Formats: sequence, structure tokens, C-alpha cells
Amino acid sequence: MKTLRMLLMGMLFHLKHSSRSPFEIGSFVVVPIVQATLAVYLFRAAAEPQKLLQAAVGAGMMGVWSSVLFGAGGAIQMQRWQGTLEMLMLAPRRPVMVFLPITLANGAMGSYALLATLAWGRVLYGIELDFAHPFAFPVAALVTVLSLGAFGILLASLFILVRHANAFMNALEYPIWLLSGMLLPIASLPAWTGPIAAALPTTWGARALREATAGGAVWPSLGLCAVISAVCLGLGALALVHVERKARAAATLALA
Amino acid sequence: MDYAIEAEGLRRTYRSRTGWLRPRTTEVHAVRGVDLTVGRGELFGLLGPNGAGKTTTIKMLNTLLIPSAGTARICGFDVVKQTREVRRRIGYVFGGDRGLYERLTALDNLRYFAELYGVPARDQKRRIAELLELVKLTGRENERVEGYSRGMRQRLHIARGLLHEPEVIFLDEPSIGVDPVAARDLRATVANLAATGTTVLLTTHYMAEADELCDRIAVISEGEIQALGTPAELRHRADGRRVLEIEAYGVPTDALEDLQKLPGVREAAVEERGQVQVVTVQSDADADVQADVLRRLNGVRIGRVTSREPTLEDAYVAIIAAASRVAA
Repeated sequence: MKTLRMLLMGMLFHLKHSSRSPFEIGSFVVVPIVQATLAVYLFRAAAEPQKLLQAAVGAGMMGVWSSVLFGAGGAIQMQRWQGTLEMLMLAPRRPVMVFLPITLANGAMGSYALLATLAWGRVLYGIELDFAHPFAFPVAALVTVLSLGAFGILLASLFILVRHANAFMNALEYPIWLLSGMLLPIASLPAWTGPIAAALPTTWGARALREATAGGAVWPSLGLCAVISAVCLGLGALALVHVERKARAAATLALA
Repeated sequence: MDYAIEAEGLRRTYRSRTGWLRPRTTEVHAVRGVDLTVGRGELFGLLGPNGAGKTTTIKMLNTLLIPSAGTARICGFDVVKQTREVRRRIGYVFGGDRGLYERLTALDNLRYFAELYGVPARDQKRRIAELLELVKLTGRENERVEGYSRGMRQRLHIARGLLHEPEVIFLDEPSIGVDPVAARDLRATVANLAATGTTVLLTTHYMAEADELCDRIAVISEGEIQALGTPAELRHRADGRRVLEIEAYGVPTDALEDLQKLPGVREAAVEERGQVQVVTVQSDADADVQADVLRRLNGVRIGRVTSREPTLEDAYVAIIAAASRVAA
């Protein structure tokens, strides 16, 4: 109970902190419009207007991924700039309990990106929101967002160790969009990317959402997404213990 | 004796690598073997110039850095092997503007850290109210931190550091950049902490602060403790000396070397105080060096000249200067 309270309070705290940033608010407004537009024009150009909703969902997932990725990397880099990273590490808690609220908050912000992309798609481009599984869709969206929040822990462990986390963060955004089939079908990618895609929770999350939108077996994909993310959470928790120790040895917790 | 802080042979070396094709590793020995013990409830000062190794020492003691060599224990727990036990018992406050969530209120910050630092939910409201009162932020707790002055931030830092009622608190230059009134309030808060049984390790380079607050002081320079004792004991380091203070304008850079070579002169230093420079010359008590010093400063515009007994600050200068000479 205490743990749940801590996670919830921490998540709300970091959500509140992000919501006070003019930059974040600006991004929240602009990015979903750009993504909805991208989805619409890509598929109109391909003369597949019936897939507009799938495209919008895929574009929304891109937003979720960006939020988790930049959240895990950017937020931790931000904690370092603010001088709060050391204060967080001084908490007498397992490192995963300190960082999970941050990555969950980023997942929650990502869910907003997904909803906003769909809403703008409807308002600006008249995309019909007729989901094949209207009840499965919100469940799939929630589980996917939480799963990606957990996946963010594994990323966070990398970002604490690396002082210039931004370079890694930027390099990971587009490949995961592509590999997970968020916008383009995985089948159109080279065969060697298949195993990598299968190991990513983003691939299964995106697939579950696509199936909830266009029809198909939602739950197996969603289950795989949750299982892979749980494994990532476990690995991330172990990695954070190791990484925290390494960061203390290498003096990378502070900027100076 | 039951010690709150124990350090033996504490060392820390920073390594950095530059270059890709021909990587070069540089090493900086920030702390070179610190031994110290601090009793429970003691207010202990770590005094030294910038880059002396004060912050590195504190960060090894509070678990943020792993020592390159040596051991340290807080309330009997090893800082490397029993990290969580140590963290339950310590608070950390550092000087400057950073370290708080600026876009949120003081209350948001305190609530979050109370949760994070394991303050039981039923005690949080009472504890936060007590601390806001202690640091005189009651009534301002619902304002965003970004609107706070440096002094208010510092007080909030202290409140945050005390949330979980730590047995030992590390204060790393808490009064840096704080105005004199706020600094006086800070000193009163720190003195109260020690009076209520909290062990305090304070780093500062403000002599008056250390003199007023600390039971014992360790002077650290070049990564090593150069002197350790009560303020009165350290002051004795300057016994047998006189101090000549000269206000001057435009002292040439090589003048100090000349002054140091004068017979009877032990140390010479120059300090900028706004427009004016203050040349401080320590000499043997029985040597009258004033005429020689003024002769060497010929051509420099001279203001007030005073001769006085040495203070703790003069003892500190003497200790640091001696350490620098040995290191050179």
C-alpha cells in the first residue's frame, strides 16, 4: 500500500511539474496536430483512406513512444541540470521506486498524445472513430501506456550512467517508430529487423492498438506487450542498482 | 566513544578521458587521505578554499560518491556497503539555487520528498508544518519556488534536508550567495539543530561562520586535513604573530612575492574588497615590518594602515599558505 501510494504521489508530482512547463505545453498542443497531419497525408498519398484511423492510432503511438523516451532520458537529464538527481538518489529507497513514477508520468503524458492525435484527426480531417473493438481499445491504450512507462525504466538506467544522454535519446526515437510498425507495416521492412521488432514492447503495443482499431485478436498482442515490459521493468530495476553504483563511482550524478 | 561520522584514509580520484583516436586519461586527486571522527550531536566544520576537497569529502560521506580508497561509517553503517541504512539517517543540504523543483510550490516539494524519504503518511502534515515554521516559510509555502529569493531557497533546502529527522545532516556551503541577514538566520537555524542533538557537518569558507558555530574545525587544503581543533586551538596557530592590514589601490601582481621575502614576514596576501585591495601581512610579533612593507609598496596608492592581533582567519590563512607551499 505504501509503495502504491509512493508511486502514485510521485507520478502525480512529476505530471504536475511537466504541466507547468511552457515548452511541454507547447509540444502537447503542436505535436499531435503534426502527427495527425502526417498520418492523414501519408495514407491519402497511398490512396488508402480506409486506413486513416489506423494511421492516426499509429501516429498517436509515436507520440507515446516519444514521450516515454524523452521522458526517461530528458527528465533524468533535467533532474541532473536542476540538481535534483542527487537528492532523488539520496532517498532510502530502491532506485526503481524513485524512477518508476517519472517514467509512468511520461507514459501518462503519452496517453494524452494518443488521445489528442485522434481528436485532432477527427476535428481537422474528419477521420471516423469507428473502432472494431471499442471496449478493447481504451484497455489496450492504458496497458500499452503503462507497459511503456515500465520499459522506460530500462532506458532510464542507461541515461543515468551517460552524462550526455541526449545523443542516445535522439538516436532512439525514429528507429523504434520504424521497427515497431507504428506508421509503416513491419512487413515492408527488411527481414532482419523482425527479431528486433518482436523483442520490443512498442511493437506489441502498437499491434494491439491496431487490432483494436481495425479488427483482430487484441489480447494476445497486449499480453505480450505487458509481459515484455514486465521483464524490462525487472531488468531495469536490476540495472538501476548496478548503474547507480557505477554512477557513484564515476561521479556522473551531478553536472560538476 | 560513539561516533556519528568516522572516516579513515578517505581518498577520491576523478578520472576523465579525452580524445577518440588518442585517448588521454587525466587524474585529479581531489581527496588524498582524510581521517576524521565526529561525535554525536557535534557541530563540526570543514573549512577550506575552493577546490580543497570539501564537497568531495561530504559526497563520499553521504553516499553520493564511492571513495577510491579508505572507509567511512555514518552511525556505524558503512557508506559503500550499507547505503540505504546510511541514507535513512542523513540529510543533505547544499548551497546555491539548484536542487528544487522550481515550477512547483514549496509545499509540493516538501510533500514529494517526505514521501520519497519515507516519512509516514500520518506524520507528513505535522512535520512539514513544523519545518516551515522552523525555517520561517510559513505563509509562503503555496508560492512557486521560482519566485523565491536565494535565502528562501536555502531555507527550503534545509527544511527538505530535515524532513525525515536525520541523525546527521551535511550542510555544504549553505550560506553561499545569501545576504547577511539571511545568513544570520541560517546560522541560528544551524545552531538550533546542533542544540537539539543533530550531528552537523558544515562546510564553508566563511571564517566567521565556522568560528561562531563549530565545536571543532578541520582545515582542508590540497585534499588533506591540514589542521584540526576547536576554534580557540586553531587560533593559537597564529600565536607569536602580528598582522598588518593595508588598504591599497593597484597593487602589482609581483608585490606579494617581494613582501614575503622581507625579514620577519611570515605570510602576505591580498584580497579584493570592492574598489579597494586589502594587503594582509603576517609577521613575527617582535618584528616591526611596517616601514619595510610600505617602502616596497612605493608608488601604490595607500589608504588606512592598521596593526592588530591575529584572528582565526589569520590562522587559517597561515595554515592554507603553508599547505600550498608544501604542495608546490
